[in-house]
Amino acid sequence: MSLVNFTTREITCKIVYYGPGRSGKTTNLQYIYSQVPDDRKGRMVSLATQTDRTLFFDFLPLDLGSISGFTTKFQLYTVPGQVYYNATRKLVLQGADGVVFVADSQARQLDENIESLQNLHLNILEHGVDVRTLPMVLQWNKQDLPRDLILSPQELDDALNFRTLPAFPADALHGSGVFETLKAISAEVLRRLSQTSSGGRD
Amino acid sequence: MELNPRFRFDSFVVGAGNRLAATAARAVAESPGTVYNPLFIYARSGLGKTHLLQAIGHEAKARQPDLRVRYVTLEEFVEEYSAAVAAGQSEGFRRSAQEVDIFLLDDVQFLAERREMQAELLRLSEALQAGARQLVVTSDRPPAEIRDLDERLVTRFSGGLLVDVAAPDEETRLAILRLKTEERGITMAAGVLEAVAQIGVSNVRELIGLVNRLIAFQAVCDAPLTPEAGRALLMGEIPAAAPPAGAAPSGEPAAARIAEAPAVPRAAAAVPVAGAAPDAAPAPKPSDDFSSFLTVVSQSLARQIDAWRGRVGEAVIRWQGQGYKTRRLEELLEQDAIPDADAVLAAFEADVAQLRGLAETVSHFDPAAAGSARFKDPDRVEEACAWVDRVREGTSPPPAPAGALTFADLIVGAANDAAVRAARAVVEEPGRRYNPLVIVGPVGVGKTHLLHAVGNGLAAARPGSVVACVSAQTFFEELVSAIHGDRIDWWRRRYRGADALLLDDVQLLAGKERTQEELFNLFNAFQDARKQLVFSSERLPAQLEGVAPRLVSRFSEGLVVEVAPPDREMRAGMVRRILAAQQVAADQGVVDYLASRPADGARAVTGMVNRVVASIDPTRETLTALMARIVLEGEVGRVSAVLAAASAVPRDIDPLLRSREKVVWEWPDIGDRLIEDLR
Repeated sequence: MSLVNFTTREITCKIVYYGPGRSGKTTNLQYIYSQVPDDRKGRMVSLATQTDRTLFFDFLPLDLGSISGFTTKFQLYTVPGQVYYNATRKLVLQGADGVVFVADSQARQLDENIESLQNLHLNILEHGVDVRTLPMVLQWNKQDLPRDLILSPQELDDALNFRTLPAFPADALHGSGVFETLKAISAEVLRRLSQTSSGGRD
Repeated sequence: MELNPRFRFDSFVVGAGNRLAATAARAVAESPGTVYNPLFIYARSGLGKTHLLQAIGHEAKARQPDLRVRYVTLEEFVEEYSAAVAAGQSEGFRRSAQEVDIFLLDDVQFLAERREMQAELLRLSEALQAGARQLVVTSDRPPAEIRDLDERLVTRFSGGLLVDVAAPDEETRLAILRLKTEERGITMAAGVLEAVAQIGVSNVRELIGLVNRLIAFQAVCDAPLTPEAGRALLMGEIPAAAPPAGAAPSGEPAAARIAEAPAVPRAAAAVPVAGAAPDAAPAPKPSDDFSSFLTVVSQSLARQIDAWRGRVGEAVIRWQGQGYKTRRLEELLEQDAIPDADAVLAAFEADVAQLRGLAETVSHFDPAAAGSARFKDPDRVEEACAWVDRVREGTSPPPAPAGALTFADLIVGAANDAAVRAARAVVEEPGRRYNPLVIVGPVGVGKTHLLHAVGNGLAAARPGSVVACVSAQTFFEELVSAIHGDRIDWWRRRYRGADALLLDDVQLLAGKERTQEELFNLFNAFQDARKQLVFSSERLPAQLEGVAPRLVSRFSEGLVVEVAPPDREMRAGMVRRILAAQQVAADQGVVDYLASRPADGARAVTGMVNRVVASIDPTRETLTALMARIVLEGEVGRVSAVLAAASAVPRDIDPLLRSREKVVWEWPDIGDRLIEDLR
């Protein structure tokens, strides 16, 4: 998948929400979906188990209309967070233009966060992509929970954000921080346009 | 017509679609008459042509208050012209039109099928350009697409700068909306303008119409519009505007109508509100988040896509203005990927700098060559380099024969038969048969023509060979400049590299000892190498004064042929050829008459025929001997009056007898004669 197609004058951005199970990736997408005017959103595809856990992946296409003469489309994906679905995660990650890492702010989930972040790096690496060149932002989700259950953004930063990426505290359920995260990753991805499109990344 | 004070550059919103046009317009306003003249701006209706046009006028006036700026639409221009013609004041109209420093002409597409107006505009644009005064025109289509537009106007318009203005993209629309609402001191709720900007109107006037509707609706409604209400309103629906959070719908008429419409389902409500955060900020208005996200995407994209396009476009305009070819940059704009524009621009500028350096180098050797088009194409730097190397080594060819002077065009007769045969023999066997060949004859008999014909013959017979064909005067001047520039070796190499040397008018070398010395050395070198030498002279070698005897004797050792002034038969041939070339219909009498006139050379014959032809209108009249005679012997101004009278003269009279003096023009009235007889 190419980010910019000049022949059809289309820009397509694939953004993958990554993170440990139950960190709120699908909730992010659901909130976005709820905010998009009807004429701009495609059908949200969600393959979930009976207990609402993402089985395969969620897919939310967004048609942003014509911007600077380019038909601009965003495709938002989530990966299944559970450890044993790694093959699916790797598949979804393929050709991603940007990654949002959704971390669960609960203190007891810290190890899962770290494990998932390592897994993300490993999978990116296996696709032959240099992690440092892939646009990425972090989201500290569930910041609305009681203070004694969660880590503060500063603590999460110290624990997970060793590359000093943009990071946003969020409450995906109520939407706070969701669009800030999306805006940040979009800006990052589009900033790479000139560097990536001529390289013909597929 | 007065300039509209609202149409200024600072109220013109620049976006991707109009950046080139705006940049060019600014350049013109800053230095009128120098950069792009004429500037031709075309765009569909409502995209800001008139705004740009008038902004040029304002800006130029602000910079130089004494500039005379005139803005007029084509319709007004036509009206003024018609009025002036009706009043017999067309000259005055022209003068007043030409006496401006910047002429701004709007809507020239209405020139279609107005031949007379086109001629007038052509005259005006010529006069303005000749006086380095600026012409800016706008149209809704490019010049080539204006129906029945005079080809000369098309090329003239295209010869300046043609820029088009495209429809505004979303960011530009947003910027225009913001500007327009600010101008009116209206504040819209966050996201409203963004939502309006997303509506794909292709025209700024429509966009302003949308703003007016919004403002009007907001005034009635008394409450700030929400983005979706704004959108719905503009899409032709009555908006189901969500009332501001916490405010109960009031009973006002607009709101009452709103209440009738089904409420937009609050998508946010689908997300269950967690009890843990009951007093968290009220759920954000739907699509507020989304539209701010859209803004971020638009801005990022604009920075990426438009930024480099703008930079490249500006560079194209700048370098074209300086006469450089910008194909490489134009291709960049068409390219299918976002290129590293800065690197390409830097490379382009480096190439331009290199070309400038090369031109400077060449100017030391050959000042005329520095202006060559070779130094204006950055895509062909290597060729320019190679050429400069050749110039530096002296292998750039010396002046070549003029292509137009060939054997085919030469009229051969008794006077030059021998010379032409000798010349042809030289072409067949250069360097062996007659070396040197010296053509001698008085001024204007065709020596130079013959010399160049030999040169062209030699060059054509041996493709790739270098034939130096130069007048003695140029030869002398080149040598002087080579001595002055301390590159005499270069100059020598340049001539020695030639395969043949043809020198015109060697009598001009009289007294120029250094040139003669160089020619002497060159002569010997050429003869040793069995390369052909041809000279022309007004006098026989033995009669050349001020020329060193060693040169004279060398001239004499080859073949000296004389060319005499053309005889009557040759002159007749020349007259026929000139008349045919100018497509003038003439009878045999004309040719006979003109050939019979004394003329001492080909140039005199040409001049005579041209004088005759110029006095008539060859498209309508057939040239007759009588006309020719009146022109050459009689009073030119009375040609038509005399002709009218002459039409009474019987046709069968010998043309030579149709002399004015020998014809009785006025017969006495028959009545008078009868009375005289009766007496």
